[in-house]
Amino acid sequence: MEDFKIQTQKLNAWFGNNHALKDISLGIRQNQVTAIIGPSGCGKSTLIRCLNRMHELVPGARSSGSVLLDGANIYSRGIDPVTVRRRVGMVFQKANPFPTMSVYDNVAAGLKLNGVRNPDTLDEAVKRSLEQAFLWDEVRDDLDNSGASLSGGQQQRLCIARALAVEPEAILMDEPCSALDPIATAKIEQLITNLKEKYTVVIVTHNMQQAARVSDVTAFLYLGQLIEYGGTTSLFENPKEELTERYLTGKFG
Amino acid sequence: MRRFQDKLAYGLGALCVGVAIVPLASILFEVVRNGVSALSPQFLTSPPGVFGQAGGGIANAIQGTAILLALASAMAVPFGLLSGVYLAEFGDNKCGRTVRFLNDVLTEFPSIVIGILVYSIIVLAMRGFSTIAGAVALAIIMLPIITRTTEESIKIVPSSIRDAAMALGIRRWRATISVVLSTARSGVITGILLAIARVSGETAPLLLTVLGSQFFFNGLNQPIAALPLTIYRDANLPYAFARQQGWGAALVLILMVLGLNIGVRLATRGRYNSLRSRV
Amino acid sequence: MTRTVEEKNSSARTRSLIRPFERLRHFSTDDFFEVFSTLFAAIVVVILALTAVVLTRGSIPALDTYGISFVFGSDWSAVAGREVYGALPYILGTLVTSTIAMGVGVPVSLGIAIFLAEMAPGSVRNPLSQLIEILAAVPSVIYGFWGLFVFRFWIVDLIEKPLSRDFGTIAVFQGTPFGLDILTAGLILAIMIIPTVSSISKEVMMAVPSSQREAAYSIGATRWEVVRIGVLNYSRSGIFGAAILGLGRAVGETMAVTMVIGNAIGPAAFPGSLFQSGQTLSSLIANEFGEANPGSLLLSSLIGLGLILFAFALIINVFAQLMVWKVLRVKGRVE
Repeated sequence: MEDFKIQTQKLNAWFGNNHALKDISLGIRQNQVTAIIGPSGCGKSTLIRCLNRMHELVPGARSSGSVLLDGANIYSRGIDPVTVRRRVGMVFQKANPFPTMSVYDNVAAGLKLNGVRNPDTLDEAVKRSLEQAFLWDEVRDDLDNSGASLSGGQQQRLCIARALAVEPEAILMDEPCSALDPIATAKIEQLITNLKEKYTVVIVTHNMQQAARVSDVTAFLYLGQLIEYGGTTSLFENPKEELTERYLTGKFG
Repeated sequence: MRRFQDKLAYGLGALCVGVAIVPLASILFEVVRNGVSALSPQFLTSPPGVFGQAGGGIANAIQGTAILLALASAMAVPFGLLSGVYLAEFGDNKCGRTVRFLNDVLTEFPSIVIGILVYSIIVLAMRGFSTIAGAVALAIIMLPIITRTTEESIKIVPSSIRDAAMALGIRRWRATISVVLSTARSGVITGILLAIARVSGETAPLLLTVLGSQFFFNGLNQPIAALPLTIYRDANLPYAFARQQGWGAALVLILMVLGLNIGVRLATRGRYNSLRSRV
Repeated sequence: MTRTVEEKNSSARTRSLIRPFERLRHFSTDDFFEVFSTLFAAIVVVILALTAVVLTRGSIPALDTYGISFVFGSDWSAVAGREVYGALPYILGTLVTSTIAMGVGVPVSLGIAIFLAEMAPGSVRNPLSQLIEILAAVPSVIYGFWGLFVFRFWIVDLIEKPLSRDFGTIAVFQGTPFGLDILTAGLILAIMIIPTVSSISKEVMMAVPSSQREAAYSIGATRWEVVRIGVLNYSRSGIFGAAILGLGRAVGETMAVTMVIGNAIGPAAFPGSLFQSGQTLSSLIANEFGEANPGSLLLSSLIGLGLILFAFALIINVFAQLMVWKVLRVKGRVE
C-alpha cells in the first residue's frame, strides 16, 4: 500500500446545482509534483480548492467525499479549516500580494497573523522563503518597497514566498504562470522543481507542455471526472484513454 | 422642428446647471468678499469681546468646533467602522439588510430631531448644556455615513486578496481586519473625512445641546462655542460689526469644509464616486 | 540540495509556533467576531428606537393637555397660566415651503441630471458634477447667512417687487415684500435639495442599459427624444425616489429656513401669502428651544412638534429609500 500525502476518496463538489466534480479518487505522493490538466471548465481549479478547503468559501458551494491529509480526513467534523490551510498552502492564478504591505510584510503576513512576533524569527523566515522562491537576490535591498511595485513575475514569486513562509507541507498552485511571460514562467517552473524536495506540489495548468516539463505525475480531468492518472512521461507518450489522447493531440481543448 | 426641440432641451439643461451654479458662486464670492476683511490675527486668536461692542474674535469657536469634532469622531469611528465591516462581511442576510436600510434612513434624518434626542437624554440628565452632549449628537449624525462608506470600501477590495489571506490559514476575522480593511483604508479614511466635513457645519443639534459660549473650553460638562453657532448668533444681532464677524466665521468654516471636501476629491480622483455623492 | 542545520532549526522553530490540527472549538473567534460586530451595527436600530421613545414620552404632557387640538390648533402662547400650543401653522409651513422647494428644485434637478447624464460630453460632465456636489457640502447655516444678507434681496428685487406690483391683489402675492418670507425659504430649500436630487437622478439615468438608448437611436430619434423615450420612462421610479429624498431633506432642514423665513408665531404663521413671514416645524423648534424650561408645557409641545417632524421624516425617508434602493440595488450601487 502506498502512502499518499494527500488522497481524495470519491470527492464530489457542487456550485449550487452545478455538479463540478464527480467521484474523484486519486492519491498525491509526497515530494512529487502532480499536475492536473484538462480543458477549461473541467473542474481543475475546483479540485485543488477542495484540497485546502477553499472551495467552501464560495457561497452556494458544497462537497462530499473525503480528502485525507496524512491519513486524516480534513473534512471530518472536528477539523478546523484554518489549520488545514496552514498545512496546505495555495498560490493563485493572478498574483495577489497584499497591496498596502511591503515585500517583507507580505512574506511575513502569514506568520504575524498567526501570532509569531519575534523579529529574528520573522527575519529568518522571510529570508528563507524568498530564497526558496528565487526572489531573495532581487529584493534583498528593497524589502520595504510595496509588494505591488514588483513586476508580474516577481509578484507571483512573492506570493509563493508568502505561502512558503508558514512552512506548509503541501503547496497548491492554480495556473500560477498563466498571466506571465515565458521568461518569468521559466523561473517559476525551475523553482517548482526545486520545491519538491521539501514540499508536495500540486499544480493546475492548461499548458500541457508545462505539465510535461515540470511534473512527475499527471491527472487528466474532463467535465468533472478523472479520466486518466499516471506518471507524466507515460501518460504523455502512451495515454491509455482515447479522450486523453485526443486532448493531448489538440483535438479539443 | 425636432432639431429645434433637441437644441432647446440642451439649452434648458444647461440653463438648469447654471441655476445651480449661480448660488454656489455667489455664496463663495460673498463669503470671501465680506469675510476676508474680518480676518485678522486678532480675529482668529481672541474670544468674543464685550457683548455689543466691536472687537474680539472667534478663537473659542474654532477651538470649540475642533474639540467637538474630535470627540464626535472618537465615538463615531469605532462604531461606524465595525458596523461597516459587519455589513460588508455578514450583511447579506435579513438582519443585515434591515440594518443597512435603517442606516440609510438615519443618514437623511433631520438633525434637529437628533438634537431633541440628545437633549432629552443627556442634557436633561446632566441638568445643563454640555460639550459631551454636543459631541454625542454629532457622533450620531456621523455614524451612518462612516458605516456606509466603510462597507462600500470593503466591498471594492477584490476577493483575490481575501482568498490569499484565507489560504495562508488565517482566521476570517483576522483576515478581514488586518488585510481587507487595510487594503480598503483610503476609502475608509475618505468616508471619515467626509463625515467630519458634513458635521462641522451642523448647527441645529448644537443649539439644543451645547448652547454656545463666550469662552474657551471649560470642561466636558459645560457649554462650548462652535463656529456654526457663532455664525447663527451673529446673523441675529443688529450690529454691523456682528454681521462682519459672521462673514469672517463663515469664511473660516467654509474654508474648512470645502478644504476637506475638495482635498478628498483630489486625493481619490475618480475612485469612489458612489461614496461621495451619497454623503 | 540538503538543508543546512540552520535551515532545519529555523523551520522547526516556525513550525513549532504554529500548532498542528486543533480540535474545532464549538464557538470560534470568528463567531465571536460576528456577534460582536452585529451588536455594534445594531446601534443604528437602537438610536432610531430610542428617538421614537424619547419623542413620544416627551410629548405626552402636551398631547394629554391639548389632545387633538395640539395638531389642529393654531394658537401659540407661552403666557403662564394661559398656555396654549397648536402645531397646525407650522405643519402647513413645512408643507408649503417643501412644496415650493420641490416645485422649483425637482424640475431644475431633472434638467441638470438629463443634461449631465445624456447630453454633456464626458470632459464637461465630471467637473460640473463635482461642482454641484460641492453645493451639497456648504453648511446649512451658511446658506442661511447668505440667504439673509444676499439672496433675499435678489428675490425681493427680481421676483417679489414685480409680482407685488402687478399681481398684488391676488391672495398669494399680498403683503409688502421684504424678503423674509415663505417664498425665500422655499427657494433656498430648492437650491439645497438640487445636489441630492440631481445626483441620484443622474445615477439612475446612467444605470439605464445602453440597449434602451440604442433602440431609440436606431429608429432615428434625436438626442432629446432618446432621453424622453429610452431613458426617462425606464428611470421613472428611481427619479421619483430621488425627488422624495429631496422632500425628506427639505422637510428636515432647519437653519437656512430659520434665518430667512421671518419667524412668525401662532395664527400669524398661517401660510397665506408667499410674501408673508412663516414658520416651519423645524424652525420653530430651533427658535423656541432656548426659552423652554425643563418640565414645562412649552418644552413638551416643542418635543411634540419634533415628534410630528420625526413621523414625517421617517415616512418620507423610508418611502424614498425603498424606491431608490429598488432601482439602484438592482443595477449595482458600487461603480
